[in-house]
Amino acid sequence: MNNEILVFAEQQGGKITRPTWEAIAAGQKIAEEIGGSVTVALLGNNLSTPASELAVVEAEGVLAVESPSLAEYTPDGYALALAEAIRSRQPHYAVFSHTYQVRDFAPKLAAALGVGFISDCLSYRKQDGRLVFVRQVFQGKFNADVEFTGEPPHLVSFQAGSFREDAVKRGVAAAPVTTVTAAVAAEQVRARPGERFREAKQAVDLTQAEIIVAVGRGIKAPENVDLARKLAEALGGEIGASRPICDGGWLPMDRQIGSSGQTVAPKLYVALGISGAIQHQVGMKGSRNVLAVNKDREAPIFEVATYGVVGDLFEIVPPLIEEIQKAKAG
Amino acid sequence: MKIVACLKQVPARDSLLRLNPAGTWIQESDISFEVNEPDIFALEEALRLKEAQGGEVVVCSLGPARAQQAIKEALAKGADRALHLDDPAFAGLDAFGTARVMARALEAEKPDLVVTGLQSEDFGFAQTGVIMAELMGLPHSTIIMQIEVQGGSIKVKRELEAGWFQWIEMPLPALLTIQSGINKPRYATLKGIMSAKTKPIRKVGLADLGLTAGDLAPQQKITRVYVPEKRSKTEFFEGSGKEIAAKLVDKLKNEARVL
Ligand SMILES: Cc1cc2nc3c(=O)[nH]c(=O)nc-3n(C[C@H](O)[C@H](O)[C@H](O)COP(=O)(O)OP(=O)(O)OC[C@H]3O[C@@H](n4cnc5c(N)ncnc54)[C@H](O)[C@@H]3O)c2cc1C
Ligand SMILES: Nc1ncnc2c1ncn2[C@@H]1O[C@H](COP(=O)(O)O)[C@@H](O)[C@H]1O
Repeated sequence: MNNEILVFAEQQGGKITRPTWEAIAAGQKIAEEIGGSVTVALLGNNLSTPASELAVVEAEGVLAVESPSLAEYTPDGYALALAEAIRSRQPHYAVFSHTYQVRDFAPKLAAALGVGFISDCLSYRKQDGRLVFVRQVFQGKFNADVEFTGEPPHLVSFQAGSFREDAVKRGVAAAPVTTVTAAVAAEQVRARPGERFREAKQAVDLTQAEIIVAVGRGIKAPENVDLARKLAEALGGEIGASRPICDGGWLPMDRQIGSSGQTVAPKLYVALGISGAIQHQVGMKGSRNVLAVNKDREAPIFEVATYGVVGDLFEIVPPLIEEIQKAKAG
Repeated sequence: MKIVACLKQVPARDSLLRLNPAGTWIQESDISFEVNEPDIFALEEALRLKEAQGGEVVVCSLGPARAQQAIKEALAKGADRALHLDDPAFAGLDAFGTARVMARALEAEKPDLVVTGLQSEDFGFAQTGVIMAELMGLPHSTIIMQIEVQGGSIKVKRELEAGWFQWIEMPLPALLTIQSGINKPRYATLKGIMSAKTKPIRKVGLADLGLTAGDLAPQQKITRVYVPEKRSKTEFFEGSGKEIAAKLVDKLKNEARVL
């Protein structure tokens, strides 16, 4: 066992993705904490360009794991290749960003290695010489302290925004790149992935909106969405929604805000009856001002709210529309 | 097609959750439970595939006696039979332990397709289905928004970040984790509820599976659960609706400058 922190770098078409830098920042901090060193692992085929993009960070090295079977992401290919690297290097921690790709293969990797994977962490702290990881449970209503019980290697992933991209330390010299060939045979990869695509009918671009009134499940029924629409009109803004509202067809999909929808940063974001799950927050927490109306004082949305009203949106919104109309008229 | 749908019971969304005195989990005694939301969509997908392809839907739920409620709901909606994995040794398992038990229980079933939800609303591991796939030797895909069966293989639409998708083909048998919103789940009919009464529910314990408690040793342990420390500087407004509205308008106009 050594004190290596292996950070998984994600690339998309030869470009390093943004969450990768957050994972590197996390890995560097943990390395400092336990007196270890960081190695960044990158998987794919023909990796020289993305590998050199990574080499600017302060790290022991960049490990480029190549194989024609890794040309496109598949959970089989990635889990096999990374399992091989982890078996031979025996890092203390393997650190990931909790992206959709990592969700897709990291649990498989952990199971193949027979080791633990603490997923979707917010932070960690050192306690009696051990690292204790903090993650959300019950959709953010509570936090939990979680510890590994088994032996290392330990796998851990961090939620988007837990570490800052700009906290990544750059090296004085380029980190050395080591290229290895993964023993992944084409027939070990069972899935055949197709091209990435977007649904064509993206009619509204909420990213440019200055004011957004977003509704969540607290709106109760499709006919009540009109109330939010009236508020949006009074404010001169656009209407948006949490995922369940779009899933239910109460508003079209292109109104969805969050990790699987749009990421917005208006001057004012009004959240009506939205609990503020992390997948929603990542899409709106860049807003300059957030007004949240929720009947639950403990709802996570208040963590990112500038202005908060604990109460029934059906009692708050009608007088609010009236007052706004008055203010605008006067 | 034989399809297994994994359903977990979780605290009902609107229940007021309280921590247990030790601060290690919530107090489960005074709350109601419901089926984990994405699992409802997974079950619906299983039922539709059965209706289109013929075959059987088997429900698999690991949990204490109360999980029977979730199982009965699924049988009432049209599932054919159920495995109820219930043993004191199954209490408080992590994702690995849960997956190990379910994978072992499904070995003899030899399903063509296993569907789970993409994430539980209590633990939120987002791991159990994927670990099961590895333990069962099945190809898998996650966050699925559409399924098309094509003979011995399936084509699935996987959700990626920020509104992107990707079609993926894989051979059957396979395991999929289902995203909420993939379909419009049905409600149980009265007839369904009546016919569910005679559908078989098999209780399965640790010994039935040839496992020991040691096989389920956790890889991770929750040591403390607590209300997150508030770091925000939210300014809260109180009073009547009208008073609140007036104060908010003042803020929006003079501080946020959006009016
Ligand atoms: C992989 C993945 C991707 C996801 N992507 C997204 C995404 O892009 N966008 C997204 O939004 N979600 C996404 N989700 C879902 C997310 O986890 C939450 O389930 C969802 O955001 C919850 O929506 P909600 O806040 O409307 O509903 P709930 O969580 O049910 O919250 C409803 C809120 O309304 C409040 N309320 C009820 N009645 C009233 C009332 N009368 N007045 C005031 N308040 C009231 C309640 O207190 C509660 O806080 C994703 C999940 C996963 C796993
Ligand atoms: N105790 C359980 N019984 C049945 N299915 C479960 C159980 N725990 C998890 N699952 C399934 O695994 C999915 C993911 O759970 P998790 O890994 O806890 O986020 C859930 O949506 C369920 O479909």
